[in-house]
Amino acid sequence: MTAVDAEAEQEKEPEEEQQDEQAVRCDGLEYSFGATRAVDRLDLEVRPGEVFGLLGPNGAGKTTAMRAITTLLPVPAGMVQVFGRDCSREPMAVRRLLGYVPQQLSADSGLTGRENVALFARVFDVSRRERAARVAEALAAVGLTEAADRLAGTYSGGMVRRLELAQALVSAPRLLILDEPTIGLDPIARTSVWECIAQVRAATGMTVLVTTHYMDEADQYCDRVALMHHGRIRALGTPQELKAGLSATGEGDGDPRAVTLEDVFRHYSGSGLDGHGTATEDGGDFRDVRRTRRTASRVG
Amino acid sequence: MSAVPAAPHPVSDESAVKLRLLLTPPRPRTGWRIVPARILAMCVVELQKLRHDRTELYTRAVQPALWLLIFGETFTRIRAIPTGGIPYLDYLAPGIIAQSAMFIAIFYGIMIIWERDSGVLTKLLVTPTPRAALVTGKAFAAGVKSVIQAVVVIVIAALLGVALTWNPLRLLGVAVIVVLGSAFFSCLSMSIAGIVLTRDRLMGIGQAITMPLFFGSNALYPVAVMPGWLQAISKVNPLSYEVDALRGLLLRSPSHLGTDYAVLVVAAALGIAAASALLGRLAR
Repeated sequence: MTAVDAEAEQEKEPEEEQQDEQAVRCDGLEYSFGATRAVDRLDLEVRPGEVFGLLGPNGAGKTTAMRAITTLLPVPAGMVQVFGRDCSREPMAVRRLLGYVPQQLSADSGLTGRENVALFARVFDVSRRERAARVAEALAAVGLTEAADRLAGTYSGGMVRRLELAQALVSAPRLLILDEPTIGLDPIARTSVWECIAQVRAATGMTVLVTTHYMDEADQYCDRVALMHHGRIRALGTPQELKAGLSATGEGDGDPRAVTLEDVFRHYSGSGLDGHGTATEDGGDFRDVRRTRRTASRVG
Repeated sequence: MSAVPAAPHPVSDESAVKLRLLLTPPRPRTGWRIVPARILAMCVVELQKLRHDRTELYTRAVQPALWLLIFGETFTRIRAIPTGGIPYLDYLAPGIIAQSAMFIAIFYGIMIIWERDSGVLTKLLVTPTPRAALVTGKAFAAGVKSVIQAVVVIVIAALLGVALTWNPLRLLGVAVIVVLGSAFFSCLSMSIAGIVLTRDRLMGIGQAITMPLFFGSNALYPVAVMPGWLQAISKVNPLSYEVDALRGLLLRSPSHLGTDYAVLVVAAALGIAAASALLGRLAR
């Protein structure tokens, strides 16, 4: 191969990669905790640039799937890729593409907002020359410029969430992963967090993968949603498609236009009272519930 | 309810955020450069926290002050412990420096479990930080905190009239020893955290091991006066080597500095390896 050929090859390659490159691709992902199969041969594709909602009852396997995508869990069977990078073979490369906001309020309350963001600038190798400006820009993007030099311990729940967004944004991730970002927040804070996410997505074009229990949020802010139950995806599409699909089966209550995403959720995951549903209620393991409660109590 | 289109929106209206720098990812550090960068990041965080809240610095000064004031002064008068001609208070001071540094480091396992519970650890594990670099960073952060604590104890000892060296090179040696010792004890604590996984269990174990480590060392009395079985424990207890080095450096008493440094370096390295290997259990 001549040097010119090699150069042409190099130029071509990334383009080809980009064409069928999904933001997230899971193929036959399996994960078990002891005898419980949390994720059961999961196939999932998240397209670049979309806001993708992963919905499902407690214990459906959402968090486990998320943890495999974020390289926190090993992938025992199946494959998980983020922008073409394999999560088990190239975890460091995958992590450089990720911004992650866990379910708990994870900002360090003993540091100021600015210091919290600067820590993440440091661990993502932002050069010293650029650090202060980048941190300031991330804080401005989430509307925390004025509060930046206050201790994060004095922030409200919504402010902490926005601070965490700034922490995730400072490294310019291509995929933003949010695990129940609005859990325990009041309606106004929920809206402000979602508006923040929408604005940042608009400004950067990044892909957003989010889990949530709030169907109205998924309906309003997600381009596509997947409903998970018992470790697998039971329904996938835009919120409109899923609602239309349910009203076509005639299972929605009365007027087909009144079908909500919540009805779709109930349809696929059981009401919680039938035989199917008992497993659902047991599904959220104790630690999961305790963590959720703790988050809620910290938010106040 | 309105749907959001799948394609990225162009930034149009004025309320939209303007991002310049955040559109390009930072250039990654590669290879060995990652570890010192992460260590620095963790140490900076530790110092920033201490700057915002110095309470811990003051409250942690109380116990060593009491050890020196009550135990030290009393036993200086009794002259029950053979110290090779130096006043017992002088003999005790390096032991108390090592003890207070160890108490700080032993707390790190509880801290890492707290960080796991609060999501901080998870978030750090999703950054391009190898587990060993994260653990090393924490270990050195414990070291930085312990050095500050050591300075406090040295000042208290000096106020009580202990004749310590003020040779800057020797003090630098003291700082290195304290960092190495704290790195080992914090990694021991983080390793146990990786095994027991809950704060309650770790608190019990922490209580159960700190006192034996302290009393099973030469911090309070020379190894020669111990019964045989305790001498054996003292031989494998890194705290003994830490105290021996601190005595040699601060009091210029006879010591085995070469062995002490070597043992502490190996102990810290083993601790980092063990804690890194067990950190994954905390993340699951």
